[in-house]
Amino acid sequence: MDRAKQFGWLVALSLLIFSSTAGADWSAINMREGVTEISRQVYELHMIIFAICVVIGILVFGTMIVSMLMHRKSIGAKPASYHDNTRVEILWTIIPIIILVAMAIPATTTLNAMYDSGEPDIDIEVRGFQWKWQYTYLSDDPTQEVKFMSSLLTPADEIYNRQNKREQYLLDVDNPLVIPINKRVRFLVTSQDVIHSFWVPDFAIKKDAIPGFVHETWAVVEEPGIYRGQCAELCGKDHGFMPIVVRAVEQDQYDAWIEEKRAEAEAVYEIVGKEWTMDELMAEGERVYLRTCATCHQANGQGIPPAFPSLVGQGISVGPMDAHIDIVLNGKSGTAMQAFSAQLNAAELAAVITYERNAWGNNVGDMIQPREINEMSGGQ
Amino acid sequence: MSAVIEEHHHDDHHHGPDKGIMRWVLTTNHKDIGTLYLWFSFTMFLIGGMMALVIRSELFQPGLQIVEPEFFNQMTTMHGLVMVFGAVMPAFVGLANWLVPMMIGAPDMALPRMNNYSFWILPFAFAMMLSTLFMEGGGPNFGWTFYAPLSTDYAPPSVTFFIFAIHLAGISSIMGSINVIVTILNLRAPGMTLMKMPLFVWTWLITAYLLIAVMPVLAGVVTMMLMDIHFGTAFFNAGGGGDPVLFQHIFWFFGHPEVYIMILPAFGVVSAIIPTFARKRLFGYASMVYATASIAFLSFIVWAHHMFTVGIPIAGELYFMYATMLIAVPTGVKVFNWVATMWQGAMTFETPMLFAIAFVILFTIGGFSGLMLAIVPADFQYHDTYFVVAHFHYVLVPGSVFSIMAAVYYWLPKWTGNMYDETLGKTHFWLSFIGVNLTFFPQHFTGLAGMPRRIPDYALQFADYNMISSVGAFLFGFSQLLFLFIVIKTIRGGKKATERVWEGAHGLEWTIPSPPPYHTFSTPPKNMEEAHG
Amino acid sequence: MEDKQADAAKTVRKLLLVVALMFGFGFAMVPLYDVICDITGLNGKTAGQYTPAGELVANKERVIKIQFLTSNNAGMPWEFRPAKRVLEVHPGEMNQIDFFARNPAEETMTAQAIPSVTPFYASRYLHKTECFCFDQQQLASGEAIDMPMRFIIDSQIPDDITTLTLSYTLFDITDQLDKQLAAN
Repeated sequence: MDRAKQFGWLVALSLLIFSSTAGADWSAINMREGVTEISRQVYELHMIIFAICVVIGILVFGTMIVSMLMHRKSIGAKPASYHDNTRVEILWTIIPIIILVAMAIPATTTLNAMYDSGEPDIDIEVRGFQWKWQYTYLSDDPTQEVKFMSSLLTPADEIYNRQNKREQYLLDVDNPLVIPINKRVRFLVTSQDVIHSFWVPDFAIKKDAIPGFVHETWAVVEEPGIYRGQCAELCGKDHGFMPIVVRAVEQDQYDAWIEEKRAEAEAVYEIVGKEWTMDELMAEGERVYLRTCATCHQANGQGIPPAFPSLVGQGISVGPMDAHIDIVLNGKSGTAMQAFSAQLNAAELAAVITYERNAWGNNVGDMIQPREINEMSGGQ
Repeated sequence: MSAVIEEHHHDDHHHGPDKGIMRWVLTTNHKDIGTLYLWFSFTMFLIGGMMALVIRSELFQPGLQIVEPEFFNQMTTMHGLVMVFGAVMPAFVGLANWLVPMMIGAPDMALPRMNNYSFWILPFAFAMMLSTLFMEGGGPNFGWTFYAPLSTDYAPPSVTFFIFAIHLAGISSIMGSINVIVTILNLRAPGMTLMKMPLFVWTWLITAYLLIAVMPVLAGVVTMMLMDIHFGTAFFNAGGGGDPVLFQHIFWFFGHPEVYIMILPAFGVVSAIIPTFARKRLFGYASMVYATASIAFLSFIVWAHHMFTVGIPIAGELYFMYATMLIAVPTGVKVFNWVATMWQGAMTFETPMLFAIAFVILFTIGGFSGLMLAIVPADFQYHDTYFVVAHFHYVLVPGSVFSIMAAVYYWLPKWTGNMYDETLGKTHFWLSFIGVNLTFFPQHFTGLAGMPRRIPDYALQFADYNMISSVGAFLFGFSQLLFLFIVIKTIRGGKKATERVWEGAHGLEWTIPSPPPYHTFSTPPKNMEEAHG
Repeated sequence: MEDKQADAAKTVRKLLLVVALMFGFGFAMVPLYDVICDITGLNGKTAGQYTPAGELVANKERVIKIQFLTSNNAGMPWEFRPAKRVLEVHPGEMNQIDFFARNPAEETMTAQAIPSVTPFYASRYLHKTECFCFDQQQLASGEAIDMPMRFIIDSQIPDDITTLTLSYTLFDITDQLDKQLAAN
C-alpha cells in the first residue's frame, strides 16, 4: 500500500480517538482523584508512573517503528552483523534501575502516610456478609452503639431488565454508611463468612475482610458527598451485588443522624413488645423476605436447589414451627443459611417466619409474635 | 527407569508410524506427542474461549440477560483454569516436544514412555474438571485462584473432583518437565554446549525447573483443601487455628512462578522468530539467558504482590513492592534486545514475524501495567478491578497465545512440509490483533474507573467500554476458526516447503527435510555452527 | 550410550527428589507461616499463654485504651459479648475482663474463639495469662457462662500505640470435631 495513504489513515484514526475523548469526562476512564489527602497522593503517584510508562513506551515502540520502516528488506536494507554490545547492555540495565528507584521513593512516602497510626475520632466496625455489609459505630458505652445492615437497593426488576435502570443502578443501598467530614474515621474490617473486600475508590482504601481477623484502615474525608464503592473480592453468587455507599456530612448533620438511629433502635424495642396481627406480620414479612431472603430462596420461594432449597410446600416452612424458627435464627452450619438473629430484629424475624409459612400457597395458618422470638433469642 | 530409556536408542530407522488410532494412543514418538499436545491445547483453547464468550455476552449490557450469577462464576473460574492448565501450558509442552529434540540434535525425548503417559493423563484430568459443570450444585465457582474459605467451607460438592483434576494436571506437568530437563541435560548432540543452545531450549529448561519447583506446592495446597473439606483439618479455617490468608500465600508461591511458566517459553519463541525475519543474529544472547534466569529466580520472592490488600505489615509491603519492581529490569533487557535485533536488520513481515512484533509491543504494554500494579499505594486502587484483568490478559493473550500462534506459523512448514497460505495467515493476524486490543484495552479504562472483576453485572457508567470489549472478544474468538482452517489446509497440502523454509532461519531443525522423517538425528549432527538461532 | 542412560536415570532421581521436597515444602509453609505471624503479628494473631518473668511494674504515666469486639462467624448462634466495650489500662499491670457466652440452640455445641489484634504490630505487646481462647468451649442447650480473660500490656509498648483493638470471633467447630472423629 502507498505509504502516504497509510500515514493518512493513521492520523485520521488518532484524531478520531483524540476527539472522542477530548470532551469526555475523564472519570469514566481514569482513576478518581478522590476526596482525601491520601487518595490525592495515590492519584498523583498513579499519574506519575503512568507518564513514565508512556515516555518509555514512546521511546521503545518509536524505535521499533522506525526500524520497521527503515530496516526492511523490501527497500533494500542490508543486515548489520553485530550481535552484542556490552556497553549498551550495561546502560539499559542501569537506566531502568535508576527510573525504578525514582518511582519507589514517592511510592514509599505515600505508603508510609497510609500506614500512619493516628488516634481515630470514630471507630466503625465493617463486617462483610454474603452479600451485604454490616456497620457498627463503636462506642465506649455499648448501649449507645449504632448497628445496621446495608444491602443493595436495586430491585430485581431492574437487574432482569423488566424495568428501566435508575442512575445509581447496582450502586445504591438501603442504609448508607454516614460519616462526618474532616474527622479521622477508622474502619475495622472483618468478615462473617468468606473473604470480602471493603473498597471505597474515592478514599483510596481497599481492605480485605477476612473471617476471624480484623484489619484496620482509615480515612479523613474532606468534602461532603456520597461516595460509592463495591466489594472487590469474589465472595460467591452475589459478589457483584453488595455495594458500599458512604455519605459524608458536616459534623452537626452527623450528630443528628446518629441520634435518629439511636431513636430508631428504641422504637424497634417498642414494636417488638406490641401484639401484631396476621396482616401486619405478612406485610412486614414480605418486605423483609424480599430484602433479605429472596437473593437465595428467590422471590417466589422456589429457591435454586440444591444450594438454596425451595420453601414452597416442603421442608421446614410447612413443618413444625420450632424447627423453622431455629433455622432462621441460628442458621444451618455447613450451608449458606446464616444465623439471622444477628442481622434482623425480633419483629422482622417473626414477620418473615410467619410470611414464609403463609405465602406462596403454603397456608400453614400459624403465626409467631415478635415478643416470643425475643424471649427465645435471649432478649437483647 | 532404564528400561524406559532403552526404548528409543535401539529404534528402527526404517520404522514409520503405526496406522490408525493406536498410533496415537501408544506413541512414544516426540513428534506425535507434540502434535497431540498441540491439538489438545487448541481444543481447550476453543472450550475456554467459548466460556469467555459466555462471560462477554453477559457483560455486553448491564443487567442479567443470559446467565445467572452462579453460572457466571463457574464460567469465569473454568475459563481461567482451562486456559491456564489446559490451553497455554500444554501448548508450550507440545512445542517443547516437537522442537527441543530437533534443536539439540537428539533422536527423541529422553523418557518416551513417560512422555506418552504425561500426555494421556491430560484428557482425563480435563474431562473430570469439565464434568463438574454438569454435577449437582455446579462446577467450581470460586475463581481460578480458589481462595479459601469460598473454595472449602462454601464450595459446591464438585470441588473434590476439581481437586483431583488439578492433581492429575499437575502430575502431567511434572512428568513433562522432568522429561524436558533430562532430555536437555543428557541428550544434546556432541558440541552442543549449554551456551550454544537456542534460546527456546534455554527458556524451556528454566521453565521446567520452575514447574518442578512449584507444581508440587500446588499439589500440596489442594491436598490441604481436600483435608479441610473431608477430614476436619483446619489449615485454612480460622476457627480451627488455621488462616485463610495462609492459603493465598501458598497458592501464590505456586502462582507467581506459574505466571512465568506461561511466558518464558514465549520469550524463547520470539527470540527464534525475530532474528530469522530480521536476518540478523539475536542481539545479546548471553544477556537473554541471564535475564531469563533472573526472572525465574525473582518469581519465587515476589508472590505476595498479589495480596497487598490482605493486610501485610508495611515492611512486608515495601519488600514485595521493591522486589516486584526489580523484575522490570531483566524484562526490559529482553525487550531492548529484541528491538536491537530488529535494528539495522533486513526485515520482512511474514505472519510469524507479525505475531512476534505484536508480542513485543503488547507484552510490553502488559509489562507497564504490571509495573503500575507493583506500586502498593496505587495497587490498593487497581487490585481486583478490570485493570488487573486487562493487565494479565495483555501478557497472556497477545503475550503467550500470540507467541504460540507465531510458533505454529513459523514451524508449521517444517512439521507438515507445506507452506501455509500467507494471505490467510496475515488476515488471521490482523483480525486477532484488532480483536485482542478491542477486547482488552478498554478494560484498563473500566478498571481505573472502578469496575471490580468477576462480577456478572455492572453499574451504568461502565456500559460503553464493556460493549466494545464484548464486540472485540467475539471478533477475536471467531478469528480463531480461521486459524483452525489455515492449519488444516496446510496439513492437507500447499506449496512444498524447503529444508530451510525461511531465508534467515538458523538452527538444527532447519537442516533436516520438511516434513522431518519420523525419526530424526538417530546419529548426532556434526555441524554445530547451525545451532544458534 | 550406557553412560547416557545412567546419567539420565540419575537426573530423573534428582528431579524426583526435588518434587518430593517441594511437596513437603508446601506443607512446611504452614508452621513457617505461624512463626512469621508470631514475629510480625501478621493478621493480629496473639501468642499463647504468657507467664510474667518477674514482678509486674505498672507504668502509671501511660494509659492505653483497649477495645473489645466480639462477633460470631456464620452459622454460630451463640450470644457472645464482653462485659465492657473499653478498658483503660496502664502498661505493666494485670487486668481482667469477662466475656459472656450463652448457647440458645437446641443442641450442645462446641465453639472456639479466635483473637485478632489491630493494629497488628501491637499484638506482640499484649500478653494473655488466661484466656478462654486457649481452649474450646462446650455449652449445652441454654447454658450460659462468664469467661475471664486476664492480660498485661507490655511496658515496652511503643509510644505511638494509644488504642488497641482486640477482637474475638466465635466459630462453631462442632461439625469439624465430628469430621475429625470420623477421619480417625
